Amino acid sequence: MFTAPQVVGLLQELSFTHVVTIPDSTLGQWEDDLKACDEIEYVGVCREGEAWAVAAGLYVGGATPLVMIQCTGLFESGDSLRNALFDYRLPLFAVIGYRSFLNQSTLPGDTCLTFTEPILEAWGMDWVLYDQAENTSEQLEAIAAHCLRCREAGTPGVALVAEGRA
Amino acid sequence: MPQPGMPLVESLNVLREIRGDDEVVLTVMGTAREWMALGEPHPLDWIYVPSSMGQAPSLGLGMALAQPDKQVIVCNGDGCMLMNLGSLVTITNQAASNYTLIIFDNGVYEITGGQPTPATSGNAPLVDHPALARAAGFQQVFVFEDLDEWRESARDVIDAPGPTFVHLAIAPVPGAVGPRSPGPAPARAQDFADAMQA
Repeated sequence: MFTAPQVVGLLQELSFTHVVTIPDSTLGQWEDDLKACDEIEYVGVCREGEAWAVAAGLYVGGATPLVMIQCTGLFESGDSLRNALFDYRLPLFAVIGYRSFLNQSTLPGDTCLTFTEPILEAWGMDWVLYDQAENTSEQLEAIAAHCLRCREAGTPGVALVAEGRA
Repeated sequence: MPQPGMPLVESLNVLREIRGDDEVVLTVMGTAREWMALGEPHPLDWIYVPSSMGQAPSLGLGMALAQPDKQVIVCNGDGCMLMNLGSLVTITNQAASNYTLIIFDNGVYEITGGQPTPATSGNAPLVDHPALARAAGFQQVFVFEDLDEWRESARDVIDAPGPTFVHLAIAPVPGAVGPRSPGPAPARAQDFADAMQA
């Protein structure tokens, strides 16, 4: 699993200025370190669709925001995501937690496993799954390269990060 | 729902008259339609058409956080507000002093034929929007039902340290249509970003 210092280091390396987020059991473990980081502003929102709109405003204002939500929030985000990424073509990058990918101990038969990847495909997103199972340093490097590739291309991107319990 | 309420165009024109050159004005739905008709566009106008209905307050919050030295004024409808009430809490949590949210409350979904929102029964309001704002943590809440009062106070209201919530009682515009995008959205976003960062 990625540690909070690893994640904060990654986001600093990528010069993100804001993290727009709602925590889940995995992403929430990074929250204290993100809030303690002077170089990154933590923006907690009440519903995931908001995250894309706040990030869109930050982006056109000259900031470099990251959207960080669970896949259930991706499902909720549809119209807001569509508007920011496709109507206005804003190249926002997101870390999306993939609930139950590593195990289904708390939610056997979790339908997040059924819908997450097809929905990312349906949106035509440049997404990559990072399973966090081993070689986390290499995976963090891969996320960095993925993000930079999206920035270079001026396109949105999603780092789909595997999670266990809900 | 206001009875009879201020005319939408005149209430927006008040804002246009007092708007500072470095202030962002974000309009959506009916406010966008009328704002565009009032005159030449300003580089810091964000005509949120096409929109994701409900997201204007959040979009404006992002702008305010990115540019703390620029005042951001969001002109939202009551129907739009009802779609994203949680954003009121997000806004107060971020405590952006350069942020003003104005609700143009006509009690109806105007551009779809004037159907009452769930916050309205007949001509009567069921929901106290300013009370919602206060409960969500807004310290600055202003309510106007009269155009002259709004005109006299508008500059002071915008200058108040935010986040600020303004409720305007607005008369519906019968037969009103939805706004048209004033041009390709990606190009407008780029132009706006250039103006924001100039």
